Amino acid sequence: MKYCRTELLPGVRLTAIQTSKFKSGYWGVYVLTPMGPEAAANALVPRVLRRGTRRHPGVRPLSEALDELYGGTIEAAVRKRGEVQCVGFAASFLDGALAPGGEDLLSAAAGLLGELLLDPALENGAFRPDWLEGERTNLIDQIKGEINDKRFYAQKRAIELMCEGEGYGLDAKGTIEGAEAVTPDSLYDRYETLLSSAPVELYYCGSARPERVAEAWTAALSRLPQGSRSQTLPDRSHRPSQEVRRQSERLDVTQGKLVLGFSGGGVSLTHPDYPSFLTLNALYGGTTTSKLFLNVREKRSLCYYASSMVDKLKGLMLVSSGVEFEQFQAAEDEILAQLEACRQGDFTEEELTAAKKSLISGLRSTLDVQWQLEDFWLTQNVGETGEEPEALAGRIEQVSAQDVAEQAKRMQLELIYRMEGTEHGAA
Amino acid sequence: MERREFHRVGECCWAGILPSGLPVFVYPKPEFGKSFAFFAANYGGMDLRFEQGGQWKDTPAGVAHFLEHKMFDTKEGNALQLLSQGGASPNAFTSSSITGYHFECTEGFEDHLRTLLSFVMEPYFTPESVAKEQGIIGQEIAMIEDEPYWRLYRNLLAGLYERHPIRISVAGTRESIAGITDHTLYDCYRSFYHPGNMVLCVAGPVDPERVFDIAAQVVTQESPGPARRDYGAPEGAKAFQARTEERMEVSSPLFFTGFKGPEPERGQENLRLQLTGRLAGELLCGDSSPLYVRLYEAGKVNKSFSVSFEVEPGISFLAAGGESRDPDGVAEAILREGERLASGGLEEDRFRRVKKAVYGAQVRGLTSENLCIQTAQAHFAGYFYLDFPEVYDAITMEEVSAFLRDYVTAERQAVSVIAPLL
Repeated sequence: MKYCRTELLPGVRLTAIQTSKFKSGYWGVYVLTPMGPEAAANALVPRVLRRGTRRHPGVRPLSEALDELYGGTIEAAVRKRGEVQCVGFAASFLDGALAPGGEDLLSAAAGLLGELLLDPALENGAFRPDWLEGERTNLIDQIKGEINDKRFYAQKRAIELMCEGEGYGLDAKGTIEGAEAVTPDSLYDRYETLLSSAPVELYYCGSARPERVAEAWTAALSRLPQGSRSQTLPDRSHRPSQEVRRQSERLDVTQGKLVLGFSGGGVSLTHPDYPSFLTLNALYGGTTTSKLFLNVREKRSLCYYASSMVDKLKGLMLVSSGVEFEQFQAAEDEILAQLEACRQGDFTEEELTAAKKSLISGLRSTLDVQWQLEDFWLTQNVGETGEEPEALAGRIEQVSAQDVAEQAKRMQLELIYRMEGTEHGAA
Repeated sequence: MERREFHRVGECCWAGILPSGLPVFVYPKPEFGKSFAFFAANYGGMDLRFEQGGQWKDTPAGVAHFLEHKMFDTKEGNALQLLSQGGASPNAFTSSSITGYHFECTEGFEDHLRTLLSFVMEPYFTPESVAKEQGIIGQEIAMIEDEPYWRLYRNLLAGLYERHPIRISVAGTRESIAGITDHTLYDCYRSFYHPGNMVLCVAGPVDPERVFDIAAQVVTQESPGPARRDYGAPEGAKAFQARTEERMEVSSPLFFTGFKGPEPERGQENLRLQLTGRLAGELLCGDSSPLYVRLYEAGKVNKSFSVSFEVEPGISFLAAGGESRDPDGVAEAILREGERLASGGLEEDRFRRVKKAVYGAQVRGLTSENLCIQTAQAHFAGYFYLDFPEVYDAITMEEVSAFLRDYVTAERQAVSVIAPLL
């Protein structure tokens, strides 16, 4: 596997990974822009673009073109990485080496992605109003639909509450109000602004040589405006709060959700103590050998699930659990008691080794899964570090018990969120 | 042990049957860092009534899933912990027809493989541990009952089938699992967890000979022969309940519509049916179908819409759905489109194009995990999964058209709706 990073044009960077182990080629093209009030408009841009191009003016001609490329997929994508919104397309095509007809799927895939980004079907110099209406409705439905997945929704609410006033506190897809305010003209302006001034991240992983990938992308993006692209990404640090905020909400559910939010003392992706933070998270709640899994779930049966996760770029940690309504307090106490144990260094060498092994194995496995690899590199690229999984694994090897306890002491509880039932749901 | 090359999809498989009767499939992938091992029993949520020692036994709903949870207990402790501590990521799942135990790891593969095979082949249940698990699984049931798509799917199956146990939840209910004891678990274990009723599949940077040797050392139990199961009297063509609706905390209505397919045969006919059904589903309402495009452009469906074709022992069904403001209108439109396609509305050029697309998606889907799971399911259904390209090539437009004519019909259709709370 060969990793290669190049700047194709000023502010337009390509991450290319060459390997023949996958059946598919995986593609990404994202413009990077600060999370903010324009989030919903930004999220609408790739969705409306995906409705049709000048050459393929509609969902059906586009789908037919994808069918001919052995059922390739191109999805409008919007992702939040710290304070940065990444807006564009993610695509997967059969690897050219397996195409029965020996077709050049590489150029075809890059060409179609470039066409979607740069050559939309327009009406009176703006996006088609009917397409905008359709995608606006879809986006709003999707934002509203987040409540359908209660586990995810509880975590999302916790982040909103904990990072109020920060870009990260916003939904990656923006707000319903933001989506409602967009017009065909304002959306087209937004699109032109993004295309001409935002940094662009390109990604490819498959069997083609990086030089061929660079050529294919360069040809596909020949119409990209050559403006001066912003080179600085927004400050991603979190403003810690000194007080613990408590928030409860009632929903029609049979099982409660409890989420605890912590800030990590300013340690994130590029901080020297980042490996300690990852190790603490793994030991505390990130794995099936963790303290939360073994004590809160297995030993005391307080929760069906109880786990912790880290936002790498923001340096935050969330504990997420599903609990019976009458166990809220007991679960909260036990979750905090386990963090206290980490602070006191009250864990064994075996626990530490298992946590590190799990992290390292996870990083190495990333290299074998297309979407995980793409996800990993998007985070690294937004975080402006080129550290490869193996190098990070090497740093994790070095983490000591002392390092973990020190990081645990830096963790500051900021939020306790409960999703409780209504009378109807509890009955 | 036999080695076969599959050039069209870039795979190579070592396959054989151990002296104990355990079939083993190994896909060597030297360029990968991760190994994946999948050890499965041909036993799932729908195997509730079976013959043991000449007697028919009825077991509580949810018992296969309960057994899966309890298998990780060993005399010395817990196999999940043992594997995790060694850096492996173990897990398990129970579907309607199979129970699968698996792990992935980047080091210590051989030790982990021994652990996986040993714990699954050595049951250890106590009344205390069973009682405790009832609490944990009770929580899991409460959690999945809050998942709208899970309820939607359950209701669809209960609407399509009158008797077949596919209609029963794999996890059971809090009430049904209350009736499970350590004796129930041992009974079920003895009937289904023996080498002849199981399969081992491995993919990764491994030496196939070593996998066979280790499995031969650890798995030495005898196989009493296949347990007979009873899925009830054959289902007729008619859907049991044409429509079910429930209200939940959701933002907009969700729906699935399903069509009862044929009773599948074993062997390559089973594979052919799966591929024909998948192709028919794509032509009917897949991403590039005229119907989907029309519904999408009219705002009646969105990206959450999907179509699939499922084949399980005794049954098969086509299911399609997602979010929609007009669930019944969309379900009706799907039925009408099926009728239109079956009566000459299917064009040669579209058939060729969609066939090409489905082939590409099948090949792209060959990840290590998927390859192992599909190989296991295929083995239980009596065919070899990587034979799919040749079987797929042979499927004709007339065959797909006949499938739509025979199965996408009003009497075979059921609709399941989850509507927002009032």
